[in-house]
Amino acid sequence: MITEAPFVVFFVAAALAAVTRGHLRGAIMVAAPVIGAFNLYNLPADTNVQIPLMDLTLELTRIDKLSLLFGYLFHLAAFLGIIFALHVRDTTEQVAGLLYAGSALGAVFAGDLITLFVFWELLAVTSVFLILARGTERAYRASMRYMVIQVLSGVILMAGAIIHYHVTGSIAFEYVGLQPLDSGLAGLASWLLLLAMGIKSCFPLLHNWLTDAYPEASPTGTVFLSAFTTKVAVYSLARAFPGTELLIYVGATMAMFPIFFAVIENDLRRVLAYSLINQVGFMVCGIGIGTAMALNGAISHAFNDVVFKGLLFMTMGAVLYRTGKMNGSDLGGLYKTMPKTTVFCIVGAASISAFPLFSGFVSKSMVMTAALEENYPTVWLALLFASAGVFHHAGIKIPYFAFFAHDSGLRPKEAPPNMLLAMGLAAAICIFNGAYPWVLYSMMPFPVEYEPYTAAHVLTQVQLLFFSALAFAWLQLTGRYPPELPSINIDAEWLYRKLLPGLGRWTAAWGALLRDGALRLGRAASGEVYKLITRHGGPEGTLARTRPSGYMALWMTVLLSVFLVLSFLE
Amino acid sequence: MSEHSDHPGRFDSPESRKRVRQVLYALCTVSVIAEIFVKRYVDHPWEALPGFYAIYGFIACVALVLLATELRKVVMRGEDYYDDH
Repeated sequence: MITEAPFVVFFVAAALAAVTRGHLRGAIMVAAPVIGAFNLYNLPADTNVQIPLMDLTLELTRIDKLSLLFGYLFHLAAFLGIIFALHVRDTTEQVAGLLYAGSALGAVFAGDLITLFVFWELLAVTSVFLILARGTERAYRASMRYMVIQVLSGVILMAGAIIHYHVTGSIAFEYVGLQPLDSGLAGLASWLLLLAMGIKSCFPLLHNWLTDAYPEASPTGTVFLSAFTTKVAVYSLARAFPGTELLIYVGATMAMFPIFFAVIENDLRRVLAYSLINQVGFMVCGIGIGTAMALNGAISHAFNDVVFKGLLFMTMGAVLYRTGKMNGSDLGGLYKTMPKTTVFCIVGAASISAFPLFSGFVSKSMVMTAALEENYPTVWLALLFASAGVFHHAGIKIPYFAFFAHDSGLRPKEAPPNMLLAMGLAAAICIFNGAYPWVLYSMMPFPVEYEPYTAAHVLTQVQLLFFSALAFAWLQLTGRYPPELPSINIDAEWLYRKLLPGLGRWTAAWGALLRDGALRLGRAASGEVYKLITRHGGPEGTLARTRPSGYMALWMTVLLSVFLVLSFLE
Repeated sequence: MSEHSDHPGRFDSPESRKRVRQVLYALCTVSVIAEIFVKRYVDHPWEALPGFYAIYGFIACVALVLLATELRKVVMRGEDYYDDH
């Protein structure tokens, strides 16, 4: 059995897809993740593909439980995303999608920081085309901002890796751990690596690239985007920074603040983008707690999140594809003509809200239980608040404003068969992982001793969700719920989309003013000097004046007379 | 519910919406009553309070929405906010 590094399968498929078209290309694309998964299954556990580079050794494929889990996850995500996008006839988007999925695989199997950096940047470059594929001016602008930030993250990663190598003499991608900043170069390296991963996993204030770019991508592109970039970052954090206490608070903040924006956001795919950050917050928090239970929770939640968030983005993608609209204020009542999409959306919503028997239930609660067990009650309360909030904005708001609410009058056709198939498969996985979590648990990097289905856990979760729904009903009935309005909300991106360009324009304007002033002043001053010179030395000047010779004789006489008088005085 | 509607859907009439709400009220009530019969393993003293999750869920959501409404006053802008340079 010949086996290859996992990313190779996707890169080869991308090359083949670029030169074929029609059904053949479709077949190649669907086959890629299937062959890839088979290849991964057959990779020997001690696989270690090494390439020498100068005096370093690059480790292209490192197989362990953590990388394997993410490897299978990415194959699954690519498979679902490709089926969902099977109707697309856009070479760039399709090839970029395969390269993007391959890059994600390259990153999670990277055994050293240089290989990680290469795939880290490839992730950025290939995914840009999924945003550009939308073909709008807004998408173009968003994709450029996205690319700058993503590439910057890679550059910071590289800087961290170089310093790390300088300090430790090793480029292996292993546990780094956060060193205090005042501990010299080692501290600097660890903070740079954390910052690079923090940008990609949307730490607070570094998060806006996601909510800016993902909702501008094509209906199928967003499904791809939601699966890979942030999960590669979560994987890297789980590998390099497990048990870093700072991450507990960063994660709790990430779980909390996006839900406020999600409640008032009008673009439903942007609501999902905010809720993506909120879910990654749970994972980051789990990584920060760092116990076996917490890490298992974080990783299994990453797995489930890829599927249910992908499903939700698929349902919204189908709505956008059929109606051309994505704002809550323009949608509503679509359940009449898109009943299957509606049901799949509700399954995704139930999963992200952690309803019993749906996938979020068995993974999210592991992180929360770990928070209590490790004595972080405030963090636990924050996560509980975030759980109720998730149900509110992703669980209720998304299906309600898209498919129910007021009738928009839109009567789109049901989603095409390939989209329905992808959504159906994703929904089935959500229910399977929720109702029968043991398969997922058996893939976890640590042995799991967690029983999700206790009567108490089911009951308390159900109470939390039912009363959150009650709050939604009450707020709607009393008119306190903020209506969907055609609007945007300013966020941290304001700093670089408004303040920075504003400062630039302000500086330019003042610069121009100063330059004009200086020029005018200079011109005025030099004019005065010139005038002075011409007055005295010019053709009409004092020094060039012509006088009659009699004048001269008279003055000579006066001069000689003065001499004469003076000589008499002696 | 709307004048656009060519055929009224199952969830459009006020009666059906009311029925959905009644089901929700019933589920809420049952979930709280069921607490009497379920032995609770408690990690945190607050969890032991009767109806803690119900109350917390309700208050959390109301607080979330009311705070978000306040946030809207600060951050909401026109859709072309970033376009007009």
